[in-house]
Amino acid sequence: MLELKNITKIFNAGTVNEKVALNNLSLTLNDGDFVTVIGGNGAGKSTMLNAVAGVFPLDAGQVLIDGVDVTKLPEYKRAKYIGRVFQDPMMGTAADMWVEENLSIADRRGKRRRMTWGITKKDRARYKELLAQLDLGLENRLTSKMGLLSGGQRQAVTLLMATMENPKLLLLDEHTAALDPATAAKVLMLTDKLVTENHLTAIMITHNMKDAIRHGNRLIMMNQGEIIYDVSGEEKMKLTKADLMAKFAEIAGQSQESDRMVLS
Amino acid sequence: MDILNWLGTLPGAIGQGFVWGIMAIGLYITFKILDVADLTVDGSITTGAAVCTILLTNGVNVGIAMFVAFIAGVLAGLVTGLLHTLFGIPAILAGILTQLMLWSANLIIMSGRANVALSRFQYSDKVLIATGTSQIGKTLIILFGIILAVSAILYWFFGTEFGMSLRSTGNNRSMSRAQGINTAFTTVFGLALSNGIVALAGSLLAQQQGAADINMGKGAIVIGLAAVVVGEAIFSHISTNFFVRLLGVVVGAVIYWIVFQTVIFLGLPSEYLKLLSALVVAIFLGVPYLKKTFFAKKKKKEVAKNA
Repeated sequence: MLELKNITKIFNAGTVNEKVALNNLSLTLNDGDFVTVIGGNGAGKSTMLNAVAGVFPLDAGQVLIDGVDVTKLPEYKRAKYIGRVFQDPMMGTAADMWVEENLSIADRRGKRRRMTWGITKKDRARYKELLAQLDLGLENRLTSKMGLLSGGQRQAVTLLMATMENPKLLLLDEHTAALDPATAAKVLMLTDKLVTENHLTAIMITHNMKDAIRHGNRLIMMNQGEIIYDVSGEEKMKLTKADLMAKFAEIAGQSQESDRMVLS
Repeated sequence: MDILNWLGTLPGAIGQGFVWGIMAIGLYITFKILDVADLTVDGSITTGAAVCTILLTNGVNVGIAMFVAFIAGVLAGLVTGLLHTLFGIPAILAGILTQLMLWSANLIIMSGRANVALSRFQYSDKVLIATGTSQIGKTLIILFGIILAVSAILYWFFGTEFGMSLRSTGNNRSMSRAQGINTAFTTVFGLALSNGIVALAGSLLAQQQGAADINMGKGAIVIGLAAVVVGEAIFSHISTNFFVRLLGVVVGAVIYWIVFQTVIFLGLPSEYLKLLSALVVAIFLGVPYLKKTFFAKKKKKEVAKNA
């Protein structure tokens, strides 16, 4: 489904601030994989997701989605294959536009945007149905400005927007980190539901080890732009927080930087 | 008697407000929808005036002349848009660069003359709206018709799939790209459309003033912004409807010109006028910000007190 072949990204190359964010990283995801990603600050987790999404050009390597080489495709063209949810609830939606307008924008992801009226009656009925699934009462707030919704509601809608057109790949960049624990749990549950129902292939970055263990069928740990640990299936099911802590202690011993992990 | 004299200035002020209202609608697209401050307009409004005037004096039909003026404005916006998106020049600087290019372009269009007159005797039956306040009633009706038409077309356009992608671009560029919108294209399109409308207003301004003048666009962005901020200050509380908001911008322009005529009427020397308009815009842009930061601080203090 997704193939990262020896991708490298260096920020501020040739300056004193040079930072190798991704170091010859390779990763292959199978159809239907739900991968959780953990790692310290600056390990390259977000950079990896942004490399997949095409936010910046790579210094080396290739990105293939479903066998299609998208390395040279700009971000907006890759959006055809990819749904994304960001850490900041403000980032995934247009705050000054209505809920239904946001959904309509997402509804046309990867399609030509025509000069025909954006939201038809049929669209509206469908959006209502989709919103009702969220169980947040948003189906009655189609014409509320997105900016008036709470952070949790916005993340839920963003998640809906990312999945409604059945993307080949769903990228979640710590999408519950900015939410309170109860809301975060709700959004995570919704994530599981949407991924399962739509048979999506997904990558989820998280700082929460419990979540990383509990969700998905595969877990990878990153450090200094490389994948240093990759478990799936049975082995991942048996994984405990203590195992991951031990793994982290191991890295911390090796690296000069004090890569502190936010533990919870 | 004074009051009657003052009332006498009103129709002219409303007429000017209508023409600048159309210009301000164009500016609304970049300033409010795309979230770009586009300084091209100081040049493109003159371009519209120059193109229309030259075509009229060469015997071209006024409808065609205004259409060509619109296209000239579109091209001006295209230049700014490409400088900004293709070459990565900050939008403000890109606008300034195009504005300077247009200074030369406008002189070239007017064959090197700084002023080309549309003599009211020679062209009175060829123009769409008459000079000054002659036939002001007819002028106001025509202008209002144009305002309604432009607003209606924009209302439709920004409700379409493509139009909505322009709005989301101005709202949140990274989200828009994540949703598959080519934000460079939508930005260029918005700039081109905006400057087309501004040039259309310029073509009307030339007819209203009875001339195209190389200096007529100086400070146009400030007048347009004044109309937008005044209109928004009033109408954002009244309606969220886009069509109403566009008409609100026109009302803002009318208010601007009534205030303008009034201070002249009260004897303010004309050299103060640009200072005055810039201050009005600064105040309208600054006050909401100060309100926000001041109240935020006050709230924080209260919270701290209660804790």
